[in-house]
Amino acid sequence: MQITVRLFASHREAAGTAELVVELPAGSRAADALAMCRKSHPDLPSSDRGIAFAVNREFAEPQTALRDGDEVAVLPPVAGG
Amino acid sequence: MSGRFLLSGEPLDEAAVVSTVASSRAGALVTFVGRVRARSRDRDVSRLEYEAFPEMVEAIFKQIADETRVKFAVDAVAIHHRIGVLSVGDTSVIIAVAAEHRQPAFDACRFAIDRLKQIAPIWKKEHSPDGATWVGDRP
Repeated sequence: MQITVRLFASHREAAGTAELVVELPAGSRAADALAMCRKSHPDLPSSDRGIAFAVNREFAEPQTALRDGDEVAVLPPVAGG
Repeated sequence: MSGRFLLSGEPLDEAAVVSTVASSRAGALVTFVGRVRARSRDRDVSRLEYEAFPEMVEAIFKQIADETRVKFAVDAVAIHHRIGVLSVGDTSVIIAVAAEHRQPAFDACRFAIDRLKQIAPIWKKEHSPDGATWVGDRP
């Protein structure tokens, strides 16, 4: 299935792009989408520590199951205000 | 006219934010204005670069406002946040709370800015003479 991955801040800079499209096997979860991005973009931070996920613009868990066409946002530690 | 929840690349307008929550019922209006300061974590700051997840952030602002209204029984909460490159002294965020009385308005305003810093999908990169760092990524 095809998943769009949105990257922000340090992740966006490390990957050199704000958006990646990855192909994942059925049954994949939100954290798998980021793991797949690391294979093509090894400069992405190697740890999930402090990372939150959103699936289709709702906060989600790393274990949230994905469906074809979903958008996964990788959210590094936030720093608004 | 802007609404109560706004993410903007343009300078923020405090009077406009307050006008979205003011009413004849509210005897108290509390505003928090966050600005870029010249020193941060023992370094000189030359500018800050804010980035957000725009498709999500206004819904999160609304969620924060709803939580705040319920928790403190205040009338209305507005949140405006700026993105892009900001200089020292620029306003990055404005929160306005309207309530019947001052005490819940003060408490609610503090809660809302704390919650924003906790959950809003916004990031900032601090540029200083020694280099640039994404805040929060630091070990």
